[in-house]
Amino acid sequence: MTEEKKDQGAAGQGGQGGEGGRKGQGRPKVPRQSMPEQAPLVRAKNFDEVTLGYTEEQALLEASRCLQCKKPFCTTGCPVGIDIKSFIGLIQSKDYLSALAKIKESSLLPAVCGRVCPQEMQCEKVCILSKKGDSVAIGRLERFVADFQAKHGGGRIPKAEAPTGKKIAIVGAGPSGLTAAFDLTVMGHKVTIFEALHKAGGVLVYGIPEFRLPKAIVEREVKVLEQMGVEIKLNYVIGKIKTIDQLMSEDGFDAVYICNGAGLPWFMGIPGENLNGVYSANEFLTRSNLMKAFRFPEFDTPIKRFKNVAVVGGGNVAMDAVRTALRLGADNAYIVYRRSKDELPARKEEVEHAMHEGVQFKLLTAPVKVLGNEQGWVKGLECIEMELGDPDDSGRRRPVPKPGSEFTLEVDAVVVSIGTSSNPLLFQTTPGLGQTKRGYIEVESEQTCRTTKKGVFAGGDIVTGSATVILAMGAGRSAAKGIDEYLKTGEWWSKGAL
Amino acid sequence: MYEILKKTVWSAQEPRITEFVLNAPEIARAHKAGQFVIIIPRESGERIPLTIADKDAGAGTINILFQEVGASTMLLGSFKEGDRLTHVAGPLGKPTHVEKFGTVVCVGGGVGIAPVHPIAKAMKDAGNKVISILGARTKDLLIYEDLMRKASSEVRITTDDGSYVKKGFVTDELKQMIEVEKIPVDLVVVIGPPIMMKFVCKVTEPHRIKTFASLNTIMVDGTGMCGACRVTVGGKTRFVCVDGPEFDGHEVDYDEMMARQRQYLPEEKQAADICRKKLCHSA
Ligand SMILES: Cc1cc2nc3c(=O)[nH]c(=O)nc-3n(C[C@H](O)[C@H](O)[C@H](O)COP(=O)(O)OP(=O)(O)OC[C@H]3O[C@@H](n4cnc5c(N)ncnc54)[C@H](O)[C@@H]3O)c2cc1C
Ligand SMILES: Cc1cc2nc3c(=O)[nH]c(=O)nc-3n(C[C@H](O)[C@H](O)[C@H](O)COP(=O)(O)OP(=O)(O)OC[C@H]3O[C@@H](n4cnc5c(N)ncnc54)[C@H](O)[C@@H]3O)c2cc1C
Ligand code: SF4
Ligand code: SF4
Ligand code: FES
Repeated sequence: MTEEKKDQGAAGQGGQGGEGGRKGQGRPKVPRQSMPEQAPLVRAKNFDEVTLGYTEEQALLEASRCLQCKKPFCTTGCPVGIDIKSFIGLIQSKDYLSALAKIKESSLLPAVCGRVCPQEMQCEKVCILSKKGDSVAIGRLERFVADFQAKHGGGRIPKAEAPTGKKIAIVGAGPSGLTAAFDLTVMGHKVTIFEALHKAGGVLVYGIPEFRLPKAIVEREVKVLEQMGVEIKLNYVIGKIKTIDQLMSEDGFDAVYICNGAGLPWFMGIPGENLNGVYSANEFLTRSNLMKAFRFPEFDTPIKRFKNVAVVGGGNVAMDAVRTALRLGADNAYIVYRRSKDELPARKEEVEHAMHEGVQFKLLTAPVKVLGNEQGWVKGLECIEMELGDPDDSGRRRPVPKPGSEFTLEVDAVVVSIGTSSNPLLFQTTPGLGQTKRGYIEVESEQTCRTTKKGVFAGGDIVTGSATVILAMGAGRSAAKGIDEYLKTGEWWSKGAL
Repeated sequence: MYEILKKTVWSAQEPRITEFVLNAPEIARAHKAGQFVIIIPRESGERIPLTIADKDAGAGTINILFQEVGASTMLLGSFKEGDRLTHVAGPLGKPTHVEKFGTVVCVGGGVGIAPVHPIAKAMKDAGNKVISILGARTKDLLIYEDLMRKASSEVRITTDDGSYVKKGFVTDELKQMIEVEKIPVDLVVVIGPPIMMKFVCKVTEPHRIKTFASLNTIMVDGTGMCGACRVTVGGKTRFVCVDGPEFDGHEVDYDEMMARQRQYLPEEKQAADICRKKLCHSA
């Protein structure tokens, strides 16, 4: 209690002292280190990574800002509870590999999370220095140690415990499945991942673009899993080639973990939505990322290079789509979002990057109708201006249309990025698998990940709805624990007992 | 896996029609009539949907048959026996709704005869009387005649140029059956170019004959994740890869579907030209 007070007091002082240094303790006042990045107008024309990562020098300076709090709040803000204070302490003493090992106690993919976590809403939000608005750049440091190891080598392939003889099937090779596979393998179980697509990684390979998350990073992590003995079967759409029941009754799997994401794209239900030139963000991004269509015709999948593109939505997916459109050569790339800037759900850094690259934000604007030409192609998006009314269920002020404010954006493509939901396939083919009202898989709790079907577990976006990479990974870890416990005790919960 | 065990060139006339027997035991075992696979011919390749035209579950093989209409199918056509396809995913899509309807007419146009084959077989096995109408531009492009004879109690054939059996279109023959010969038809299943499916549905609609049309939209993932394959059926947007490929043919908006199929024409042409010049390498 007293310690907590002391920390807060220190922060208060730091606040007055400026630049986050701890006043009166002789620490140098080091500002939050910005991360080098490609110049906005250069990067808006290529698919290389936007941010370049800290140099060792910058990382050391940034790490030096951490106060090594007695009661580190930062950890409470991380969904998987990474021991942030310790790993930054290890960076301070230049022991980068140990810092990485410390992170890996809680998170399998620091190179990924360091890049894509919404830190400003998680760990960095509660870092004591954030009171002053410049918390320690935890994500960037996390990325630094992971990249350091990738570049300089070192670190070992983790060893598995003695084989237990148990076989586990994982459905979906996204972050949740990869994490569960890792943990279960370390526990000594034999893991097979079944993935519908021809590459492992889930959203990390088909959704998030190369310029934000280089695919080589994901490939590297997948390779480590394979070296540990995880079998990854690509092109396996479970529910089609095999049902969950067949996996257990015919192929001898003792448990199944379903983590197939929430990939079914929503459309808006407005007129003109099936015109040529209207895409779901998933299609647009999958063509570009997974199929490498931005390199057509060197790669065989085509993508259109539009001059004026409107992306509807305000999340990470929308930012990824609009910035992809720019990189494909658009002169005008718009975000059409019905609330205001403060409510944009995307990571702050992505919104800033998009703005610097020249994306035009049409805020408080909602689409009404897609307009087409005689050949069936998009020629415009009719929109209406909105204003914020009373708060809705989510506590955010509800946008209401301003009568008579309709206007037309002249665009030749519209990318719909208003969210996704669960694919019905596994519900249709798995008797006994309970579904929530919102259409996701029902579980006993997000801790045990038990579904209503004995031996079957679920986690990640298919349980929570679209969330974040780190939450999906956290679910993978919980599921691994839950599965291990089930395999040891054979116990199930009342609802799924039959 | 996915080794090409046998290659048959059905018609050497351009665009060539080629059939592969692929080693794919698990797909063969799970397959039901009406389903398809997604193939990626090479690592840098695109995902293309092809119907499973036949299978031998015991031998663990599936047959696919394709016409070389563009870059990817030309590339596939350059594969030899013993080569392996990089990726094959399936079976995908909903199986055909098979039950005892009575008299079922299976209409296949062009390369669409191959996908209609397993459906005819399944319908016959379910106790239906199967009459098949096969259409081709010319005799040389007519495929699967013998297999269709085995799967049907009667086969009728039309060729656009009259080079084989009867000159005309499949729609003429269907009209003749229904309106002149007054054969009572309980169900029509049609697979072929969209324009042909549209006109077959125009023939059956006034007679209120239930008609299944199997749609061949552009696809990317084939698992319901992208929406590239969407069509309007009965005023609602549906995804062909997971809700189909078969739909009530009378409810499909064919004009929209055809417009959507033409989306990548310039790119397809560019890719095909490159392919023709260098003969795209299968590495
Ligand atoms: C474009 C985009 C940008 C994003 N940006 C961020 C970000 O910046 N930060 C962040 O934290 N989060 C972000 N997210 C969200 C984050 O990526 C997801 O929350 C996370 O990937 C969910 O992980 P998952 O493992 O549950 O599912 P997924 O990553 O969706 O993986 C599921 C896998 O299961 C496979 N699958 C589906 N059905 C079957 C089946 N029947 N059989 C076999 N396999 C199947 C899928 O092909 C897929 O590979 C973004 C999402 C998108 C789409
Ligand atoms: C569920 C399903 C099952 C299919 N089954 C078969 C099959 O068994 N055999 C077969 O030969 N084809 C089948 N098709 C069509 C096949 O997928 C396309 O012919 C193929 O993708 C063309 O690829 P490409 O690169 O060679 O040609 P592209 O360069 O993509 O196209 C060349 C030409 O073909 C036209 N075209 C493109 N896609 C289609 C399409 N889906 N349908 C009709 N015309 C198209 C284009 O408009 C263009 O004129 C199926 C399609 C679907 C959706
Ligand atoms: S995993 Fe994400 S939330 Fe946790 S410490 Fe790292 S960046 Fe912060
Ligand atoms: S990261 Fe912030 S909260 Fe955590 S120990 Fe360092 S200064 Fe304290
Ligand atoms: S092909 Fe992507 S949803 Fe059907």
